Amino acid sequence: MSPQKMVDIYILGKRYSVPDSLTIMDSMEYAGYKLIRGCGCRSGFCGACATIYRIKGQKELHFHLACQKQVEEGMYITQIPFFPGDKKLYDINKLEPNADSMAQLYPEIYSCIGCNSCTKGCSQDLNVMQYIAYAQRGDLEKCAHESFDCVMCGICASRCPANITHYQVGILARRLTGKYIAAETEYLIDRVIEIGDGKHDHSLEELMGKTLSQLQELYNSRDIEK
Amino acid sequence: MYTAEMRELIKKVESTRPQRIGVNFERMTPAEKEDVLRENHPDYKKENFRVLRVGKNKGQKVPLELANLIEANSRINNTQIDLSKINYDVDVLVIGGGGAGTSAALEAHNKGAKVLIATKLRFGDANTMMAEGGIQAADKPNDSPAQHYIDVMGGGHYTNIPELVNALVKDAPGVIKWLNDLGVMFDKEKDGTMITTHGGGTSRKRMHAAADYTGAEIMRVLRDEALNRGIEVIEFSPAIELLMDNEGKASGAILLNLETGEYVIVRAKTVIISTGGAGRLHYQGFPTSNHYGATADGIILGYRAGAELAFADTIQYHPTGVAYPSQIFGALVTEKVRSMGATPLNIHGEQFVYHLETRDVEASAIIRECLVKNNGIETPTGVKAVWLDTPLIDILHGEGTLEKRVPAMFRMYLKFGIDMRKEPILVYPTLHYQNGGLLIDENGQTKIKNLYVAGEASGGVHGRNRLMGNSLLDILVFGRRAGLHAGEESKSIDVKDLNIKHVSDYNKELLENGVVTERVSPMLLPHYTHGR
Repeated sequence: MSPQKMVDIYILGKRYSVPDSLTIMDSMEYAGYKLIRGCGCRSGFCGACATIYRIKGQKELHFHLACQKQVEEGMYITQIPFFPGDKKLYDINKLEPNADSMAQLYPEIYSCIGCNSCTKGCSQDLNVMQYIAYAQRGDLEKCAHESFDCVMCGICASRCPANITHYQVGILARRLTGKYIAAETEYLIDRVIEIGDGKHDHSLEELMGKTLSQLQELYNSRDIEK
Repeated sequence: MYTAEMRELIKKVESTRPQRIGVNFERMTPAEKEDVLRENHPDYKKENFRVLRVGKNKGQKVPLELANLIEANSRINNTQIDLSKINYDVDVLVIGGGGAGTSAALEAHNKGAKVLIATKLRFGDANTMMAEGGIQAADKPNDSPAQHYIDVMGGGHYTNIPELVNALVKDAPGVIKWLNDLGVMFDKEKDGTMITTHGGGTSRKRMHAAADYTGAEIMRVLRDEALNRGIEVIEFSPAIELLMDNEGKASGAILLNLETGEYVIVRAKTVIISTGGAGRLHYQGFPTSNHYGATADGIILGYRAGAELAFADTIQYHPTGVAYPSQIFGALVTEKVRSMGATPLNIHGEQFVYHLETRDVEASAIIRECLVKNNGIETPTGVKAVWLDTPLIDILHGEGTLEKRVPAMFRMYLKFGIDMRKEPILVYPTLHYQNGGLLIDENGQTKIKNLYVAGEASGGVHGRNRLMGNSLLDILVFGRRAGLHAGEESKSIDVKDLNIKHVSDYNKELLENGVVTERVSPMLLPHYTHGR
């Protein structure tokens, strides 16, 4: 293996020399941190490791998940392990899938000034301002799909001058879409009723009584859907 | 970004691709499966297991790293803790805030119980969040719970506990409907038909998904619902020991506030352990697809309190972990990538195994190709790997399919300079799942009164190998069952004085069996230095 190339990074303003092959998260551990906050699935799904950095000598801020971004020379790094965004409480069974529900729970979406800071900050490269626009006009299904890959890391809300908690708007739109807007699955409802009526009990009891060789025979000769 | 050598090798993959399209590689016979497992599966490497010297499973083998934690000292040895100062007094204590714990909490709450969720990291930080491919349920007209049952038993080599499999497959359609009604956005056609695929070892296309964010979508909805219901959650406070009453029944837990170092005493009428898996123990040096917090804590607590382990010596290595680039080494490449037609290939661009064998068989075949047949591709991490021919997905299903159906995978690779629509990816098995755990019955009960286990911390339902899509199912089926039962039972339980006599008894047993050690458990968090 070729020798490690080292880069200087600044964690909370303090300089550390770390191998350039590491992610931001790994580099913090290399530097000696034992992470409690700001570390979760380490695979880009949980949003625990929202991170802001700036490269020394430059002005621009960058936003990433620490587990999904490789270190670079001169990174000034801080994490946002928690953001006090506002989540409204509601009973999903009593809401209607329309603009009114959205407006009642999250009226601040109408204060959006169109600065697009949310989109620029998104660690998943989602078009956040666009999904807020969909929410404003009550197009919940489009809001749901546009926000679907959100990991709720909180960077968008931290950047918003209108105090919008975008990721909470997104999940409300998605739950309303999943529950009310997407078409019902008729055969699923039927199957649940069948099972409730005990119609599958007999076939399962029979299988539970099978010997090893009988089960092997059934398994090895089962037909497999193409 | 691939190295020049890798790009050269990709040309071989591209050159064999036209001949491979539309040709189905033959599945292994039962005898061939047996052979490849015995020769290559890590579960068969005897030197990596040790026989336990204490507890209910004394005399049985478990992975070395787990044995070290089981045969270790309590974190509260030599510590004075006043158990009369109760910080939380609840009906149901749920330890672990992942999918199993949250579904248990919701159902116990439905029963009118006062519920507390204690979790080591944030609420929702769990392997559930990282489950990508899907969730099985026999709901379609050409399928049945009985068909699902046969697949589960065959996949588990017929070792699964029949009553648990019965519960799993029978509750499955109800779980999908429950999630749908909570607002989980499953992939559906316009008419409501669920878009389903195969998983390794399934005989029907019953894998329901929400792109490749299936677990994340389920977890964020369950979490949102628990918050809406006002269920109390204490974050960054793992349980470090269970509490018992004078009759030896589970009656709460001691939590450790990771940020202040303070102990928190919770008294509860029933306790549900839903702490998940053990990937961060890195058995046999494998990388893992698991969450940072997957350190087997619940197993340690339950075992110390006298609960029994089942199938604790069987571990699932997911066939396709990331082998390159090093920044995401060990991360999961969802099985859905193979469900949609991507096939594993060796250095010569040849397929060497059917792409949807059960996980244990598929992983063993990949290990054999790399280590025995020496047909792997060298990577800078030192690990040999095989190709997964992902460009096949768009070729088979049309341009844009990959990005639409596995957006998380696509994004992850793109962040590190690889476009998996156009280039194959390098994979090698990664430590993914503990097939076994604390033994439960159909209601999630252990043999310790008032102690329940749900999800990956439990054992029995999957036998010696779990099928794709049966873990998201398992956590919800048994999470709900445990929550319902514990919530109901809690109504007639009157908790008496709390004690931790089981800890001193366990210490005594360690000494009597010659275990003298400085080790302390549960582990709580792994320690990484990345070569420093």
